[in-house]
Formats: sequence, structure tokens, C-alpha cells
Amino acid sequence: MGLISTITFLPLIGAALVAIGPREKSTTLKAIALAVTLLTFFISIGLFTGFAVGDGDFQFVEERPWVEGLGIKYKVGIDGISLFLVLLSTLLSVVAVAASWADIQKRVKEFLICLLLLETGMIGVFVSLDLFLFYVFWEVMLIPMYLLIGVWGNPARRVYAAVKFFIYTMFGSLLMLVAILVLYFYHGSSTGTYSFDLISCYALKIPLSMQIWLFLAFGLAFAIKVPMFPFHTWLPDAHTEAPTVGSVLLAAVLLKMGTYGFLRFNLPLFPEASVMFVPLLAGLALVGIIYGALVAMVQADVKRLVAFSSVSHLGFVVLGIFALNVEGMTGAMLQMLNHGFSTGALFLIVGMLYERRHTRLIADFGGLSKVMPVFATFFMIVTLSSIGLPGLNGFVGEFLILLGAFRTEPLWAVFAALGVILAAVYMLWMFQRVMFGEVDKEENRTLKDLSLREVAILLVMAFFIVQFGVYPKPYIDRIEPSVKVVLKRVEERTALKDAGRGEPIKRVIFTQHEKKQAVQE
Amino acid sequence: MINYIWMVTLFPLIGVVLNGLAGVKFPRKVTGAIGSLAILGSFLTACLIFAEVLRLPAAQRTSEVVLFTWIACGSLLVNIGFLVDPLSLVMLLTVSGVSFIIHIYSMGYMAEDEGFRRYFTYLNLFVFFMLILVSANSFLLMFVGWEGVGLCSYLLIGFWYQRRAPADAGKKAFVVNRIGDYGFLLAMMLIFVTFKTLDFSTVFAAAPHTLESGGLAVTLITLLLFLGACGKSAQIPLYVWLPDAMEGPTPVSALIHAATMVTAGVYMVVRCSVLYSLAPLSMDVVAIIGCLTAIYAASIGLMQNDIKRVLAYSTISQLGYMFLACGVGAFSAGIFHLVTHAFFKALLFLGAGSVMHGMAGELDMRKMGALKSKMPWTYWTFLIGTLALAGIFPFAGFFSKDEILWDVLQKSTVLWAGGAIGAFMTAFYMFRAVFMTFHGESRVDEQVHVHESPRVMLIPLGVLALLSVAGGFIGLPLIEGGNRLKEFLVPVIALAGHGAAAQHGAHEAGFEAVMMVVSLGVALAGIALAWLMYIKNPAVPEKLSERLSGLYRLIYNKYFVDEACAAVIVEPVKNGSLFLWRACDNKVIDGAVNGSGAVMLRASRILQRVQTGMVQGYALGFVGGVIAVLYIVFAM
Repeated sequence: MGLISTITFLPLIGAALVAIGPREKSTTLKAIALAVTLLTFFISIGLFTGFAVGDGDFQFVEERPWVEGLGIKYKVGIDGISLFLVLLSTLLSVVAVAASWADIQKRVKEFLICLLLLETGMIGVFVSLDLFLFYVFWEVMLIPMYLLIGVWGNPARRVYAAVKFFIYTMFGSLLMLVAILVLYFYHGSSTGTYSFDLISCYALKIPLSMQIWLFLAFGLAFAIKVPMFPFHTWLPDAHTEAPTVGSVLLAAVLLKMGTYGFLRFNLPLFPEASVMFVPLLAGLALVGIIYGALVAMVQADVKRLVAFSSVSHLGFVVLGIFALNVEGMTGAMLQMLNHGFSTGALFLIVGMLYERRHTRLIADFGGLSKVMPVFATFFMIVTLSSIGLPGLNGFVGEFLILLGAFRTEPLWAVFAALGVILAAVYMLWMFQRVMFGEVDKEENRTLKDLSLREVAILLVMAFFIVQFGVYPKPYIDRIEPSVKVVLKRVEERTALKDAGRGEPIKRVIFTQHEKKQAVQE
Repeated sequence: MINYIWMVTLFPLIGVVLNGLAGVKFPRKVTGAIGSLAILGSFLTACLIFAEVLRLPAAQRTSEVVLFTWIACGSLLVNIGFLVDPLSLVMLLTVSGVSFIIHIYSMGYMAEDEGFRRYFTYLNLFVFFMLILVSANSFLLMFVGWEGVGLCSYLLIGFWYQRRAPADAGKKAFVVNRIGDYGFLLAMMLIFVTFKTLDFSTVFAAAPHTLESGGLAVTLITLLLFLGACGKSAQIPLYVWLPDAMEGPTPVSALIHAATMVTAGVYMVVRCSVLYSLAPLSMDVVAIIGCLTAIYAASIGLMQNDIKRVLAYSTISQLGYMFLACGVGAFSAGIFHLVTHAFFKALLFLGAGSVMHGMAGELDMRKMGALKSKMPWTYWTFLIGTLALAGIFPFAGFFSKDEILWDVLQKSTVLWAGGAIGAFMTAFYMFRAVFMTFHGESRVDEQVHVHESPRVMLIPLGVLALLSVAGGFIGLPLIEGGNRLKEFLVPVIALAGHGAAAQHGAHEAGFEAVMMVVSLGVALAGIALAWLMYIKNPAVPEKLSERLSGLYRLIYNKYFVDEACAAVIVEPVKNGSLFLWRACDNKVIDGAVNGSGAVMLRASRILQRVQTGMVQGYALGFVGGVIAVLYIVFAM
């Protein structure tokens, strides 16, 4: 079994172990889950160390027939785009188990099984190189998440939120399934062999009229997952009602499947359609950036606020992808990881507050800096990271995205950068109301500061928040070549010429002057 | 030694780590010592580098030191690297020197505060970012320092976060600065698409032949950069945060909101003097905004009763002078004033802090008076600072302000007149403050036991007072070749010289002497008026305010700008967002989602009948469905 398969299925084995473990000894079960996720994470580091830097193609590829008659293969592999998403999944699974240690009291066994199944699903989605396999993992991951929200969520509205999450996502996935089947049959009819193999699908020259429909079908599934405006309304409900760990994984990993999908499927499979739809997607991304930020500002519930901030942040990611140049797309990849850490950490932090106070309303807090100084420090760092302060993780990705967007269409950056201002407004305002001021509620006076376990969890997040910001080179070095491969696929098939190689893009206002100079010369 | 420039920034970082992470158990003396020594280390390193650079011939005084690659992506390459040149050295010396003095002072001023350790950690962090800002070799790294000092400003303004006002003020500062940063960000994008790099040296070397002088590109770049400068350096219209920033501890006001951070905008404009010289329109905008701010803020300063607010508006006004200088091409005069202002304004703020310290935190000058005898050291040093700020010979401010006004006069009489009016008001409000605080009848509350501050606070006052007296001599105008600062800065600024910069070659010594007397006269007139109104005839101000109650109220309330902002920007955005959420999210989108859910429910009741439980039937339906879908797709 190859490295990738080991990482993918280890959690599944862990789930089996938990399933046969003694129900009444919940600490033992937790320990098993923690050990399995830790082991998975450590093994997954092998992907990073063994990764050939500078190579943009798929590595660690494993391929074996699965359902031979139908051309379904078990084919997995990673490139620079999926590498860090896999690592993010394995790392945050460890964090998730650690974070649920005290939080989850009922049905611990089932909870851990769900968590481990979810991990297998998440990793599987990012490593699949066979469309059918991809779809299987995509659906596999849906169910544990649905259960996490529906069973361990906030009693009042958890069922509504879970069903909304499920139906929204299901609706998108079904269209995607149809599109996958169409692609499969088109592959068969045009090449003579029926295959779900993604890489051989890349080579297909699909007519534009069909590309458009397929792009929309895949795109809708991914847009819902991201979520892009106007398909985002499941997110605030799902986040608010989900248990802490559910929110963390949902924000940190699951949302990235949408943006990952655009990069992995839409762009290389349907390049002409992608270029055609740039204005639509960039437009929706921009609306999302500003809309998400504005709506986040007026939320009374911290978790809902963070959820809407995700809409805004993920808007940046989509904008970066559809800037269709190296800076924008690499920035988008970085932003996906950064959002994983900063928003993941924010949900952890909100969870820690909720565990202590059993409320998420901003108005119920105030003055906590005084009572919980250690917590305050971490909260501040994470808030600043979310705001995109230079030197912390959020900035590098955001800046590259803005730069990429600017090169393609300056106006995009002009609007998107407004989101940067608004982020400071909603985050700092929230921080002020929760942390600053007098402690005016009796219940808040006796809140305990962080435990050692909680400090350890947040230290991990804070470490990456700083490390990403100060030295992002190891990530960029691995991401960029793969982004270039995707971009090349799009360029080969379309009239698009990337601005990322030094030539200024056509629409920038400077061309006038340069023309003038050329005439003079 | 030049290659060790990074050590200048390393020392404060060590201070942050020691105090911030390891220092939980440190006694206060140790914490304060670590914080101050860290800055002393920076200052001494900067001095050594300065000495070495001075030994080099003028043409070789610029060098770059690169530590490592920060971001390399596509065609973007940004290093963590430092630029050592006369301009950055002047800034490094000023920043680290003044910071050190203020750190020492803080050990006394904050001695009783329970957040002592947090204070020194933030303060060191601030110096770290400030030193990055002034020594960075690229726009992007400068932006790191730029945002970093903004963060520290936010943290330190809101240092006493348990009170509402400081927390509000900190947030306001951050958000208003972000509006400026928006301009900075967009300017960087424009610079990057034009030059394919963000490195200062490449951009400035390429600018003259890449950009069309007066063209759209360079004008946009410089205007957007200036928007950033307006935020950081509190110019119209983004000045609104600075007066509120006085909620922070007073040494913070001295360091961040007078001597160093707020001058970052001026530094940035001077750093980009090459670009500005290519954009005459932007130069005019800078000059006009600077001039307007100088007058406008001074006019508000006339009526403030809070001693720190007077100084805050004065700072805004003086920053306006610096921009005015830059706008007419007198970049080195701008830097000259930046340096002298750092000395005397820090002195004034620390003096005000000393007054507060001696008066149990009182800020209202109406409750002071006759403090001269009780706080002689504070009084004399404050007076020196005031004389320097008012521009009285031979104090530092006289030389720098005079040089600005002289350079402005070469360019425009109107702007000069504006500057002169500002100077008059400056002299007036400063002496009003001196008279209200230290002279006249005592209006001090009987409960308050007024006392002079401890030595740890007075010595810094003394040092700054010395600098406020002597600081002007680095830029003496009349002596042959005497303007050492200007000469030192030539390698950085000369590049810009052939553009719009006022190159008036040989000084017309006679005329300049006359103008010196004029500006001195203006300042003296201001002082005289203050004396008349606040010492000779203390009843006058009240009568005047009754006579001109409308105007008085307008200015006293700072032209109601904050209220207008709240009404025109803050509230509509808040309400609009609330509406968006309730209408768009909850009604339209979720309405559609839930509505279609309800339709589904009804439809499924009908479809229930299809559910026969017969597997063959399902299979048939499934196959039929797939065929239908494929038919639809392929028939198209």
C-alpha cells in the first residue's frame, strides 16, 4: 500500500478500532482516536518531505483497477495543490479530536467514528484522480458531517441546519454526478475507452457547448460548497448549530473542497468555458467579499459572524483562482490554507467561550481580557491573522490574490480591497465588545482561563499563523509549479495569456504610455 | 557594520520575546531595564552604522542588505531586506534615540500601572515595526512595518481597555488607518504592474524613464500613496483618529502619536520623492492638503482645554507643515522639521505627562494654573519645547519651520500666507497652554497634592530640552555650507531634484534674513496675543466666546466632523448591512430555499404513490432516467 492510501485509510481502520472498543471507557476511545489521527498526521509529513519541489505534476501516484468492466480505477496522487490540503486535513483532525476532548459527552463512540470517517473522506477527496472515486469520497464525507451537525449540534435548530446543509450540498452533488457521467460517456465515445481517469479526461477536447453545461454542473456543486454568494445561506446555519469540532473542520477543510474543485476540475477540464465564465465568477466572488463582510458586521452571534467572514474570505479565494494568473491562483491556494488556520482557530476560540459560558451572543460577554489574559492573547493573534495583518499568515495570500486580480482587471482589486478595510471593522468591533470594557456580567467574572490542553491546541494554530506569515516560501515553492500546470492547460486551449510572466496585461492603463514609448523608439 | 543593520531591528524583538513570553515573573525594574536596553542597543548600532556611513564618500552611502527571500511567486519577488542610506539613517537615529528616551521616562510614568509588562512589550514591538518601516528596502516590507506600527498604536491607545473611550479610540485609529492603507495597497499594485518589482532601488532608478512625467500612472500612484500617508500622518480627511488617540498613556502619545509613527507618512513621501517629482499634480495636492491641515488643526487647537488635545491638534498641524514642505519640493526641509518636531513634541508630551503625573491624572487646563513654582523642571523644559514649537530663535523649531516657509515662498505666496497664519496660531495656542497651565492664578482642586515628577522622568525631559535647543543646528541655513542635514540627504533626494523640486541654488541671503525676521515676528505676535488674553486680561476669552458663540461652538466642537462621520458613514453602513442581511439573506435567498423545500414536500406526497416497494420498478425508473439525461445531453 502506498503512502497516500495509508494516510487515507488509516482513519478508517481507526474508526473500526473505536467501533469495537469499550463503549463505557470513553477516554480510551478518545485516546485511540487521538493516536490514530496523530499517526496519520506524522505519516502524512512524509508527503511533504518526499515531495519533489519544482515538479508541478502528480506525485505518489497509485493506480489499480477497481471495477474494470466500467473503467473505474482506484487512482490517487497529489500535486502542489492537494499536498497542503491533505496535510491541513490530517493536522486539523488531530486538533479536532483534541478539541472535542471535554466538549463532547454524549455518544462519544459514534462521534469519534464520525470524525475518523470524515477524515478519510476529506483526504480521499483531495487525493482522488479518478472521477468516480472522487465522487464516492465526496459523498462519504457528507454523511459524517451531516451527523455531526444533526446529532451533536445545538439542540434548538440542529435538525434544520443539518437538513439544510445536506440538501444544499446534495443538490449540487447530484448535478455533478450527472456531469461526471456525461464526461464518462463522452470519454468513451470520443476515445473508444470508457474511463473516469481524471488525467485522461484532461486530454479531451470537449466542444464548448457541452463544456458550458458541464462547467455549470460542476461549478454549482463547488459554488455551494465554497460557499459563494448567493448559495451561502446554509453556512451560517450549519456553523452556528454545529458542535465546535464540526465548525472547525467545516471551515478549515470542507469549504476548501469547493475552491479545490474549481482548480482541479473546472479549469483544466473545461478551459474555454472557464475563461468564458470568468466575469460571472469573479463578479460573484466580489459580491461575496463585500456582502459577507457587511453582513458579518451586524451579527449578534459570534459564530455567525465568523461564518459570514468565511463567505468574505472564500470570495477572495475564488477571485484569486479566476484571476487566471500565477499570483492570483497561488495566492488563492495560500489563502485556502490560511483560512483553515485562522478561521479554524476562531471557531476553536468561540467553542472555548461557549464551553464556559453556554452562549455565543456578543452582548453576553465584555471585559474578558481581564478575566482570561492568556485566552485574550491567542484571540488577539487569531483576530489579527483573520484581518490579514502583514507578518501573519492572512496577508501573504490576500496580497497575492489582490495583485493577481489587479493584473487581470484593476477594478476587481479596487473592490476586493474594500473587504480588507471591512474585515478590520467587523473583527475589531467584535473583539472589542467581547474582550474589552468592564466585566459587567456577573457570570463572566469567574470564567477560567485556558487549560493546558487548550493552550496546546491554540499554540499549534498560532505557530502556523506566524510561520506562514514570516516564511511562506516552502509552501509557495511547492504550490506554484502545480498552479502553472493548471494555468498552462487553460492557456493552451484558449486565447488567454497569463500576466504572471512579466508581460503587462492588456487592460491595464499603462499600455497607453508604453505604446507611446514604443512609437518614440 | 552596515551589514549588521538587521541588528537594529533585532534588539527590540529580543525585548518583546523576553518581556512578552518569558517575563511573567520579572520584577518591574528588570522588565523596564530590558525594554530600555533593547532600544539602547538599537540606537547604538544605528550610531555605529551612521559613523561608518559618514566616512564614506557621498556617492557610496547607499547600500542594501538582504536577509532572505520572503515571497517569491510568479514575477513577484520580495526580500526581507534593508536599505541603508542617509534618509533611513536619519530616521533610524531619530526613532531609536527618541524611543530610548521615552522608554526611560516610561519606567517612571508607568511604575504603578498593573499592565507594566504588557506596556513594555507593546512599546518594544512598536519600535521593532517602526525600525522595519524606515529601513525596509521595498514597498511591501515597508507596508509590514506600516501595518505593524498601526497595530501597536491600536494596542497602546486601547491600553486601558477596560474603559470605553480608549478601546473605541484604538479601534477608530485602526480602521481609519486601514482606509489609508487601502490607498497604499492599490498604489503597490500599480507600482508592481508598472515596474514588475516593489524594490525601492529598482523602482526609483527606473521611474524617470518608465513613467511619463505628469502622466496618469505616476499621478495615480503618488495620490494613492498619499492617501496612505494621510491615514498614518493624520491629514485631512483622515486625521480624525489622532485626537482620540490621546486616550493612550502619555508616553505613547509622545512616542507614537507625535515623534515617530505619525511621521511615517512624511517619510514615505520623501522616500518616494522621485515619484512625486514626476507628478506635479500630486505635489500640488500634497502641498494644499498639508497647508489646509496645518491651518485647520491649529484653529481647533486654539480652543481645546485638554492639554493633550492641544498637543494632538498641534501635531496634526505640524505634520501639515511637513507635507507642505514636501509638496513644494523641499523634501529635506520636511525631514528637518520631522526631526526637530520629534524632539520638541516628544518633550511637550512628556511635559504634559509630568503635569498629569503631578496632578493625579488631571488633563483639563482650566483646573490648572500657577504650576510653575511647584513643578519648576517640568515648567522650564515645557517652556523650551513651546518656544521651539512656536518657532522662536534659536530653538530647533525656528530653523526647520523657517526653512519650510522660505521654500514655500519660492513656490507660492498663498501657501506661504497659509503657513504664516498657522505659525501665528501655533504660537498663540502653545502659549495659551503654557499660561493656563503654569502661570496665572491656581485653579487646582484643593484635594490634589501637586508635586514634581521623579528624576527618572525629569532627566529625559532635560535631554529632550537640550535637543530642542540644539537640534536646529544640524540644518543652519545661513552659514556657508552649514545645512549639514540637507547636504547629507542629497544622495536620496537629489534624484528628485530635476523634477518639480524647488532648486533655488544660491540662497538670496539678504531676503532670507528678512523672511526670518518676518516669521519670528509672526510667532511673537501670537505669543503677545496669548499673553494679552490669558495673563493681562483673563476675562477676554470668555467675552469673546460669548460674542462669537456660533463660531466658538463650531470650533470648540471640532467642526462637528466626528458627528458628521457617524451620521453620514457609520450609521448608514450599519443599517444598510442589517437590511442586506434581513432582506437578502433571510427573505430572498432563504425564502427561495425554504419555499422550494415546501414545494418538494408537497410534490413528494404525490410521488409517494410511485413508491411501490417493487425493486424492478425502481431499477426501470433509474435506467430510464439515465437514458433520458444522456439523450438530452448528447442530442444538443
